[in-house]
This record gives sequence, structure tokens and C-alpha cells, in this order.
Amino acid sequence: MSATVETAQRTGMSAKEAIALVHETRDDRDIVVTTMTPARDWMLLSQHPRDLVLVPSAMSHATSMGLGLALAQPDRRVIVCNGDGSMLMNLGSLVSITGAGATNMIVLIFMNGTYEVTGSQPLPGGRNVDFAAIARGVGFASVFEFADLEDWRARIGDVFAAPGPVFVTLRVRPVIGEAGPKSPGRATARAQEFMKALKESPA
Amino acid sequence: MFSGEEVADLLDRLGVTHVVTVPDSTIGQWQPAIERPGRVRLVRVCREGEAWQVAAGLYLGGALPVLMIQCTGLFESGDALRNAVHDFKLPLFSFIGYRSYLNQDTLPGDTCLVFTEPVLDAWKIDYRLITSAAQRDVITEHFESCRARGVAGAIVVAEGKA
Repeated sequence: MSATVETAQRTGMSAKEAIALVHETRDDRDIVVTTMTPARDWMLLSQHPRDLVLVPSAMSHATSMGLGLALAQPDRRVIVCNGDGSMLMNLGSLVSITGAGATNMIVLIFMNGTYEVTGSQPLPGGRNVDFAAIARGVGFASVFEFADLEDWRARIGDVFAAPGPVFVTLRVRPVIGEAGPKSPGRATARAQEFMKALKESPA
Repeated sequence: MFSGEEVADLLDRLGVTHVVTVPDSTIGQWQPAIERPGRVRLVRVCREGEAWQVAAGLYLGGALPVLMIQCTGLFESGDALRNAVHDFKLPLFSFIGYRSYLNQDTLPGDTCLVFTEPVLDAWKIDYRLITSAAQRDVITEHFESCRARGVAGAIVVAEGKA
């Protein structure tokens, strides 16, 4: 195990506990897009009809998928639960989000400094990337960062009510050795069910 | 080949709601007409892979998007296209600028001419090549055919000046 990953394991929140607070706070009308490690943890908590689990995915594109949903469904909130490796692979999408004026988006980065689903190899930049600075620099209206679970619990209501688009870095501990997310079913069928759920429940 | 007004009118007639785009020197000229108020919403993204997934989100959300990108951007798009069109089987429609197609005699050697159509075949995208304005009806026919069949499709627009 690299020194970077060893250090990461000693700092930050439990990712499962951090995402459980998202599950508790999410409004029934919200769309929640998950991918990679957050998808694995989210599927243990939720099988909501307006969940979009991007497994299989094109790695890095949860924010782009979320932007399309946010523009098509402007009266709903779209919450994207992304990994830091995925975010690094598509940083430009943050500019596309603010450029499009998608004020109904909340982007949550579960930052563990590793490619966890492939065996927790360190990311370029490890845990030193300042995502909050990037988000501020590209024009996110509200930017937050949490490394402590009780702080995240105390503030999540304010975060979800803040002017959008909202960007949140959640510093979490990598989990070594846990299997990556498995598809919850055929993507084609899930896409059809998701579209039906949006049509049947107007925002 | 087409003016921005012609393209914007066509998109309106087809019921397109959003154009997700990274421009090139041909399709970029259409933007002012497309984004005129009351018409289609233009969504600018930073790279073409994003465009496929933004369009996927729009489609899942009930909109009717198209992509407008250059063939070089198609080359960049691979995994995003694969996931949207083949994993999720979303019938996304694209306009793809075919760089140098009309300059083959005067500007030979652009490898876009080697790879564009084989790449579309490899990704199993049903496309039609448009080389002159006289073929404009092909666009409507192909768009409507792809919608009726629920499959992804593309119009490949020849670019350059012969």
C-alpha cells in the first residue's frame, strides 16, 4: 500500500456514513445520480425510482449526465454523487455546468484520494487537489468542504438549501479490499423505468 | 452548405429541444441562428465526450437533444458514446462535421478522411453523408427514421471548400 493511501485511511469520514446523510436529506422529488464507489454505497441504502445508478458507466461522466437531467428537469434538484478520480477525469464538466446556468444541481465529491474500485491506487495529486478552489474558480454559487461527519450532519440541510449550483467536497477514508459496484440490472430497462418515473411524478 | 437559419428552421421542424455542441469552423457558424430566443437551447460543453452524456441526461429527462460536433470530436467521444448509445441504448442523434471532405483534391492527407466513416461503423451508428445542400431532405428522413426505430443516428456533414 502506498504511503499516500495509508495516510488517507487515517483521515476523513466514513464514506458510507457520509452518503447515508445524503440519503436522509434527499427530497422525494430529487434525482440522485451515483457512480463508482458512491454508487456501491448508495445502492445499499436506496432503490428510489428517481435514482440513476451509472453502473456500467463511462467513467467521469456522472456530472455530464447530471447536467443533462438538470436542464431537462429544471424544476427538480439533481444531486450527483461522484468520486474524486472521476471528477479529475472530467473537470471541464464543472465549467459546462456553470456555463449552462444549471442552478438546480448539487455536485458531491467523495474524495478518498484513490481509484478505489480498481484496488485503491493513488490518484494523481492524491488528496492534495483543492476541488473547492476549482469549483469557486469556475463559478459555482455555493462551495463547501467537510472532513468531519458531525460537521457534515449539522450542515447538510443548509448545504442542500444553498443557492445553486452547489459543490461539496466530502473528505472520506478509502476502503481497501471492498468490491466495486455491481450493476443493479440491465441498463436499458433501468433507463426506461427511470424515464417513466420522471413522467409519472411531475416535479 | 447550409446557413444557420436553414439549420435552425430544420431543428425547429424536427422538434429538437437542445443542441449540445463543441463547434468547428462550419457548424460553429450556425450557433447565432440556433440560439436565437424562442428557438432551440444551445448547450456548450468543453469536450465531445461530455456532449454524449449531457445529451443522454437530456433524453432521459424527457427532452429531444441533438449533438453537433466535428469528426475529431467523435474520435474523442468513444467511451461516452458507447455507454449512452450501447449500454443504455439511448437513440441519440448527432450532426458530425466531416473535416476536409470537400478539400480532398487540394488538401490531401487529412487522416479524418481515413477514420471518420470506419469509426462510425465501428460504433454502429447509422449515418448518412451529406455532400451538398440538395440533400437536405435526407436529414429529415434519416432523423425521423431513427426516431421511429429508436436507434442512434448521425448526419455527417461534408466540410471544406473544393
